[in-house]
Amino acid sequence: MNLWIELLLVSLALTNLALTSLCRLETCIRVAAAQGILLGLVTVALHSPAISLHMLVLVLGIIVLKGLVFPWLLFRAMRQARVRREVEPFVSFTWSLLIGTLALPTAMWLSSRLPAAHPSHTPLLIPVALHAILAGLLLIVSRRKAITQVLGYLVMENGIYLFGIALVGEESVLVDLATLLDVFVGVFVMGIAIFHINRTFDHIDTDRLSALKDWPS
Amino acid sequence: MIGLLLAIGLLIISGIGAMIASARPRIATMIGVGGTMLGGLLGIIPAIQVLSGHAIAPIRLPWSVPYGGFYVHLDGLSAFFLIPMLGVPALAALYGSRYLSVSDGRRRLGTHWFYFNLLTACMALVLIARNGVLFLMAWEVMSLASFFLVTFDDEKEHVRQAGWTYLVAMHLGTAFLFVLFILLGKQSNSLDFDHLGSAVGMIPANAGLLFVLAIVGFGTKAGFLPMHVWLPEAHPAAPSHVSAVMSGVMIKTGIYGLLRTLTLLGPPAAWWGWLLIGIGLCSGVLGVLFALAQHDLKRLLAYHSVENIGIIALGLGVGVLGMSLPSTPLMVLGFAGGLLHVVNHALFKSLLFLGAGSVMHATGTGEIDHLGGLMKRMPWTAVTFLIGAIAISGLPPFNGFVSEFLIYVGGFEGVSASHISPMIAGLIVLGGLALIGGLAAACFTKAFGIIFLGEPRSAHPAQAHESPWAMRLPMLALASGCVLISLFAPLVFTWMEPVLVITTGLRPDQLNETLVGKVELLNYVVILGVVFMAVALILLLLRHRLLSRRQVTHTVTWDCGYARPSPRMQYTASSFVQPLTDLFAALIRTRHSLDTPSGLFPRHASLTTNTPDIWREHFYQTAFKAIVWFLARFRWLQHGHVQLYVLYIAITLLVLLVFKVG
Amino acid sequence: MYAISMFHTALALLLAPLLLGIINQTKAFFAGRDGIPLLQLYYDLWKLLHKGAVYSRTTSWIFRASPVVGLAAVLVGLTLVPWGGQAALLSFEGDLILLVYLLGTMRFFTVLGALDTGSSFEGMGASREVQFSALAEPALLLALAVIVQVSGSISLSTMYAALTPALWLESGPAMIIVAAAILLIYLTENARIPVDDPNTHLELTMIHEVMVLDYSGPDLAFILYAAALKLWILGSLLVGLLLPVHGQGWFNTILFFVGMLFLAVVTGVIEASMARLRLQRVPQLLVCAGALAVLAIVLMQR
Repeated sequence: MNLWIELLLVSLALTNLALTSLCRLETCIRVAAAQGILLGLVTVALHSPAISLHMLVLVLGIIVLKGLVFPWLLFRAMRQARVRREVEPFVSFTWSLLIGTLALPTAMWLSSRLPAAHPSHTPLLIPVALHAILAGLLLIVSRRKAITQVLGYLVMENGIYLFGIALVGEESVLVDLATLLDVFVGVFVMGIAIFHINRTFDHIDTDRLSALKDWPS
Repeated sequence: MIGLLLAIGLLIISGIGAMIASARPRIATMIGVGGTMLGGLLGIIPAIQVLSGHAIAPIRLPWSVPYGGFYVHLDGLSAFFLIPMLGVPALAALYGSRYLSVSDGRRRLGTHWFYFNLLTACMALVLIARNGVLFLMAWEVMSLASFFLVTFDDEKEHVRQAGWTYLVAMHLGTAFLFVLFILLGKQSNSLDFDHLGSAVGMIPANAGLLFVLAIVGFGTKAGFLPMHVWLPEAHPAAPSHVSAVMSGVMIKTGIYGLLRTLTLLGPPAAWWGWLLIGIGLCSGVLGVLFALAQHDLKRLLAYHSVENIGIIALGLGVGVLGMSLPSTPLMVLGFAGGLLHVVNHALFKSLLFLGAGSVMHATGTGEIDHLGGLMKRMPWTAVTFLIGAIAISGLPPFNGFVSEFLIYVGGFEGVSASHISPMIAGLIVLGGLALIGGLAAACFTKAFGIIFLGEPRSAHPAQAHESPWAMRLPMLALASGCVLISLFAPLVFTWMEPVLVITTGLRPDQLNETLVGKVELLNYVVILGVVFMAVALILLLLRHRLLSRRQVTHTVTWDCGYARPSPRMQYTASSFVQPLTDLFAALIRTRHSLDTPSGLFPRHASLTTNTPDIWREHFYQTAFKAIVWFLARFRWLQHGHVQLYVLYIAITLLVLLVFKVG
Repeated sequence: MYAISMFHTALALLLAPLLLGIINQTKAFFAGRDGIPLLQLYYDLWKLLHKGAVYSRTTSWIFRASPVVGLAAVLVGLTLVPWGGQAALLSFEGDLILLVYLLGTMRFFTVLGALDTGSSFEGMGASREVQFSALAEPALLLALAVIVQVSGSISLSTMYAALTPALWLESGPAMIIVAAAILLIYLTENARIPVDDPNTHLELTMIHEVMVLDYSGPDLAFILYAAALKLWILGSLLVGLLLPVHGQGWFNTILFFVGMLFLAVVTGVIEASMARLRLQRVPQLLVCAGALAVLAIVLMQR
């Protein structure tokens, strides 16, 4: 069983790395969707011998929301805003892949410093969670497009969710529901906002939104 | 010991003799060069004695300087460094005797040889000095002598600039060394090295501070990043045989100083090793990247010195980390690899600088993109340069591989350890060395391939000629040194035992166990290296046999159907490395200025790339500008009246007197 | 024991060109063609060895020495690679470094040979080769470092001997990742799609093929044979990782050989189903290989 959990977690880490290094927006969204599904599977695997019904429902919710609804919303936003398909990073893909890779040892080191909550779980859980958070941050910071920022928030939320499972177990459901709602609203609002910004400004590059700042440069 | 002092004396006297004979350049050269070669030979003998196990008694003479004392000693560590430090200048001097003859009569060669011999003498003195004052004095004279050697072509603006940079860098470095020695000597009230050692060992925080001071002070000489800025300026400016001595051996006095300080500071902390590994990685990778982007052959070689010093630092870092753990294999492999690389680099770097000198001597330019096709015109230089290029890229079967192999094995030992800290260090060393190795190979295929292969790219190399024998012989000697070390690597490794005893602080019997195992590895490496060459030879014969009965035709290079190929269509050095410099653009910031062609029949189009040192531009220049701004506030003190200056001095003296008395 | 290693080396010398035939057959199968004969490379080698040679007047002895040095390097390298669950002909601590660097020497001379012709075409290939290999070398050493870490040994033969099915069960994810990293390096170093296209040499994206454009006769035969052996060496490193079989016996030899054939088929499938990457994307692929190796090492550390 442990092997399966680890395999899933490693795939999760790989999706993080993939997100930092892929250049097609569509592929990025698909990978993020895959990550959502993996997240659900990890939850199942962690509780597998005796999984409660309401956990199962939650997992299903996660898979549907993160694996289907969010990608659909994002694809729709992409279509409506006629976003070009390249990601347009500030940092080149090679370098962001390098940074993403180096984030993993960092996460490993950080997790070794944190007081472990559930020693029974696989030791990879917390590092991968931290890695997702770091990768999400990297995506938010280093990408130009608003959509990739949404993706970044999504990845970060995935990390926080994993972290939640690792630290508080089943009670994390509450926390997660709250964040899930936040992100849902976020994606929704972003979808609408991007559409409107696009209509007004003809582009959705966030760096050009800096024209809206208070004082002229 | 007396022999060595005699050798140093001979060096200095012959230098003075050369200066006296300045009016007759030919005689001055003869005296100077003869002195260096004879003194070098004389001095190497005691070093070999020490390495083969004969201890030599130290000499201590009274000296009236406060805290000073003429206290010299030749132990294993000194002897190990002494051999290249005397050998390379001897060969470089022979080379220089012809290299400089073109400028006969124009400049005073006598003074040049005086400074050259003084430099050699002071390097030897630095290695054997066992008293802080004596050490610093020799160190300072060494820096000054080399400054005058760098500024040989002082009528050129850029040479003066380079000399200036060098002088400032050296003095900043030496300032740190002054602090280091003062702090070291404060407690023991003596600057003799034996006392220094006993005095510091107790407070770890102090030892750490002293270590950092040593890194900055000695690192400036050695060329650690970011104190390396003087290297790419000074080496291209100096005459080639001087660059060979400075880059090949003089910068190693920094490594020697660092190692000597380590023996004084007692058991090291783990972070010292990490610091060295970090510096090594940065110097290695950035050094080779900047080297890749250079267009000037000697500047390229200068950056490679930074790279190789980085490799040495990686080795020493592994060794120091091994001491802090403690782990004997890491210690032995790290220090042995680093130290062996010191000697190897001395050989192949001076060889490459001499080769560069020959190219410049024959063609009048060091601009890589203007050269080409020298293989047929300068076969000897080409072959020796090729050996140097393979060696410096760390490829088997030559000597560069042997030392890198030892450091690699150290890295792998770290990786296979169960402990996490040597494992991470091992990974950094492995990844770093592999990247450095790959980039160095790229850089030297560029340097050798563009300069010596293909067709001449301009008129400069087209009528090039092979160098005279006096220049060829030193290159051949250094190249055969590279081959010999790779053939006798196990033997060299066993000779390093007395050196390792000093650097690791282990007893010989503790050391031997590990040493024997590693010697066996080197046996394999050497045997396979020989097998490799033998197989290549057999295949060559096979090829010869196969072709002997067949038709062999000669024609033009396949021209893609284009009927008028010209040498100008060849790939240039800049285009060769462009993918790599683009990939690492974030680190090296190459500047492009592009004049794009336009219209149907474009007439003008040009692309210029330039890779200035970012540390110099962004760090030092900013800092120095700030200092200049600050000091400009005190301009009002300066009036140009001598009376006022005397008044300043008088007031200062008065204040000091009051301060002392009151 | 020793005899079997000798036999395996001889097998490599004999069968290496076959792998290329299988790759080509697989590609032809997917393209719905008959394809070139399975043993074409053998015919080519035989024919080339009996031909004369044409040299450019620009070239020097470097051009003539380069194929010889390259072949010598892989021949020596071949003796260090364990195969079929058996130790290599020669093994000592650190032989993996020598192997990687022998391939480096081979590359150094191939690149010089290319530059010796003075053709900008070949210079371009050489330039790309050094760029990609500078990134592939650290990735390969880091990937091997994972196996070093698992086995606690730094000699290829004992490293691969320590890979057992039990180990796969214990740290399967990490091993899969290392295998993926080595696969990427295997494709790059052997100039296969998605990095390089071995079929054509007249397109501007070519790397290895374009560097050897001016060779003919026995020289070209040496180069082709050396390339086949290099494919065998790197392939053995990958198959040895994926097939943790040990002990002597015909069964292992046959199993391993089938593994090599399977790898050749997989290579063919990859080539048939993928397009070549844009050149700017190749470094990313190699950094990715290095990243995978680092990932595997980190995973080992739990």
